[in-house]
Amino acid sequence: MSAAAATAPLPRQVRYLAWRSVLRTARQPIIIVPPLVFPLFLLAINASGLDAAVNILGFPADTYVAFALAFPFIQGSIFATNAAGTNVAEDIGSGFFNRLSLTPMKGPSLLAGQLTGVMLIGTIQAVAFLAAGLAAGVEIESGVAGALVLFALSLFICAAFGTIGLFVGLRTGSGEGVQGLFPLMFILLFLSSATLPRNLIAQGWFETVATINPVSYLIEGLRSLIIIGWDGEALALAFGVAIAIFVAGLLGSTIALRERLVRT
Amino acid sequence: MASQDARALANGRSAAGRGDNGIEAEGLVREFKKGPRAVDGIDLSVSPGEIYGFLGPNGAGKSTTVHMLTTLLPPTEGMARVAGHDIIREGAAVRNAIGVALQDAALDPLLTGREHMKLQGGLHGLAPAEIARRGDSLLDRVGLAEAADRRVGGYSGGMKRRLDLALALVHEPSILFLDEPTTGLDIQSRSAMWEEIARLSGERGVTVFLTTQYLEEADSLADRVGIIDLGRIVAEGTPEVLKAQIGRPTVEAAPAEPADGERLAAVLERFGERTPAAPDQVAVRLSSGTEGLADVVRALDAEGVGIGNLELHAPSLDDVFLTKTGRRLEGAGEEEETGEHALEPVTA
Amino acid sequence: MSARARYLAVVRTVAWRNIHSAVRNPALLLPALIFPLFFYMAFAGGLSAVGDLPGFDYYDYNAFQFVFVLLQSAAFGGVFIGFSIGADFDSGFTRRLFLAAGSRSAVIVGFGVAAVIRAAFVWALVFAIALVTGMEVAGDGVELFGLLGLALIINVAFFLFAAGTMTRMRTLQAAPAMQLPVFFILMTAPVYVPRDLLQGWIETVSKFNPMTAVIESGRSLMAGDPFHVLLAFAAAAGLAAVLVFWARTGLRRAEAAG
Repeated sequence: MSAAAATAPLPRQVRYLAWRSVLRTARQPIIIVPPLVFPLFLLAINASGLDAAVNILGFPADTYVAFALAFPFIQGSIFATNAAGTNVAEDIGSGFFNRLSLTPMKGPSLLAGQLTGVMLIGTIQAVAFLAAGLAAGVEIESGVAGALVLFALSLFICAAFGTIGLFVGLRTGSGEGVQGLFPLMFILLFLSSATLPRNLIAQGWFETVATINPVSYLIEGLRSLIIIGWDGEALALAFGVAIAIFVAGLLGSTIALRERLVRT
Repeated sequence: MASQDARALANGRSAAGRGDNGIEAEGLVREFKKGPRAVDGIDLSVSPGEIYGFLGPNGAGKSTTVHMLTTLLPPTEGMARVAGHDIIREGAAVRNAIGVALQDAALDPLLTGREHMKLQGGLHGLAPAEIARRGDSLLDRVGLAEAADRRVGGYSGGMKRRLDLALALVHEPSILFLDEPTTGLDIQSRSAMWEEIARLSGERGVTVFLTTQYLEEADSLADRVGIIDLGRIVAEGTPEVLKAQIGRPTVEAAPAEPADGERLAAVLERFGERTPAAPDQVAVRLSSGTEGLADVVRALDAEGVGIGNLELHAPSLDDVFLTKTGRRLEGAGEEEETGEHALEPVTA
Repeated sequence: MSARARYLAVVRTVAWRNIHSAVRNPALLLPALIFPLFFYMAFAGGLSAVGDLPGFDYYDYNAFQFVFVLLQSAAFGGVFIGFSIGADFDSGFTRRLFLAAGSRSAVIVGFGVAAVIRAAFVWALVFAIALVTGMEVAGDGVELFGLLGLALIINVAFFLFAAGTMTRMRTLQAAPAMQLPVFFILMTAPVYVPRDLLQGWIETVSKFNPMTAVIESGRSLMAGDPFHVLLAFAAAAGLAAVLVFWARTGLRRAEAAG
């Protein structure tokens, strides 16, 4: 028998687990297609159905589709949350997590690896949504550089939401638990400035909720690049909120992973 | 034979403590919150290169013991050393030295067999070329060379088990833990698995800790057997010694008429001591061995006791279990206790 | 027991079981409760400024959205019961039901009855909350009854769609396949603004969408100004009639599959 096998260094572990995550994502059209189709479909419906809203005094965009283009990026991230959480919950339920636990795998490499699959979905989504917006005649006011920042911000939001999915998946070990998160996040998405700017929301209570809701700032940051140009405050808030969600989600996931990985 | 076994045991115990590929446990306990003690004080010692069969019914504590020895679960009390490393303080070193195939094959249905090898080998720090070489060899060894590039979701149960075994070996561990490796397999797959396990131990000196609920598996494969029930080892030794301690064969009979049960028992008890049996049957261990069967039949005939069924059992590990626990091993996981437990485990 | 009495007994038992399961496991009921409330709050609350648009003549935006949410919950309420059918197929319980029931269609009707009962509960709750949050009701009792009747037919129609789909697919995995068409048919009706304020492709699609007639008529009943009510009932009933055929043929396929 050989001497005890070596342990792969952390970057190498991340690479292998990321490779697995990407493979699994690519082999499950069901987790790629709905996060693309559904947000685009809703965008098409809302853009057409609410186009009259541009006539509201003070509406900040010429077309509703330009205003609403930020929406699918956030909606797509919610699907990514689901995918990340479900994948890790499936691993726990099937016992594959135990298999990984019996290798020299370190906890951070598992988290990083899982998030890689999420980022793949996020990348495909971002390209698709940007392309759809441009095809619908939307002009990105911040130009090519702004489009790149939009891309980067949307990926970061995806990763941030992914950590929330990972946290719930690790904590509950159950696909149903992760699925239960989906409606809550959907509600969070709609109780925001997703459909109208905050200053045009007539119902006071709704405006208050939208102001408190961190998702509003994510949407507003993305939207500012599309319909305004370079709005430093909106971008700072968006990145700030995304970082906060990412850090909180990562911390929660790390703690949940530590509790789940009870190996000695 | 007893002295040879004792020497082997003594050698094994000292070898296990010297950092070789042995296993040693003392007073292992695992309690779960709001639950019973799944493992209630296990002492065991597995010599390097030995195949140790851990036999017991469902719920006896086999898998929990394996989870502790493989560092997946910390013990509540007690200690153990695997390959010379403490399972609590040196968990990573233990994991490097062992290969594990758990009760559920735990595979990713979306990956192929070869991709599983790549992942497992990669996490163990093997170079890509080495992973490929070992992977091909192992997949061929377990008969999965042709299916290696198919997704595991399409594998049969037997194929999954074989892949599981191959994955456990990719980093060439010195100790192999197999948790019910043949449960649910057909006869051919089971035989093939046994052959491979025997080869690993015989040719490559791998220590094998095997849990099973199949008597035949423990009997034919294991060098030594530990029988576990309700979290404790109730008997331990080589299969031959354990069965020899039970010694004599058992005759088990059912009366043709249920009302004749007591008369049947009275006749049989003249030929040996009563042993626990199924509710509608009477069993005695024959004092005079197999030759006594003819006398039993003549006596029953003379007394006019009609017989519905009459069987002669050579001693089996199930009889050992029955003697120690008052229950049959098969189905014991679902039955309530009916008899007394032995106070002392039997070792040989 | 006569054949009719036996049929009704099966219907009653299946309906009772479904309601009983929902009461015992409120998590099953929560989506059907929460989503209509949530959509009402999100649309009526978040988009109320749309009610001030030139050309928007409806008397109250809350009521405008309430009618849509009512009919949406009726449709999805029927679809959610389809999930129960799918789950029963996955667990094998449907086989038990089919063996026990003299007439298999009674099993499906039982699920349909449960769909109506659960939907009625949701409607009552959404209506109460809408009133508490300031929705104005301009229609009288008869008109509101008419609105309820429309909702009932929609509930039955979409339940039949779900039953026909699930008896064909015979697994809960088919759930997304059920939800998407329902979502499409609902969202391509005038959801946010009246039809004459719609522009683009959705204006064209909504013209041919049977749900448009149902929603617009429902809103007219709510406003106390009934409009094309018979057309709406005919559209809804026509949809239901077609879907009866869908459900029946699905049941035959399920029976043939064993």
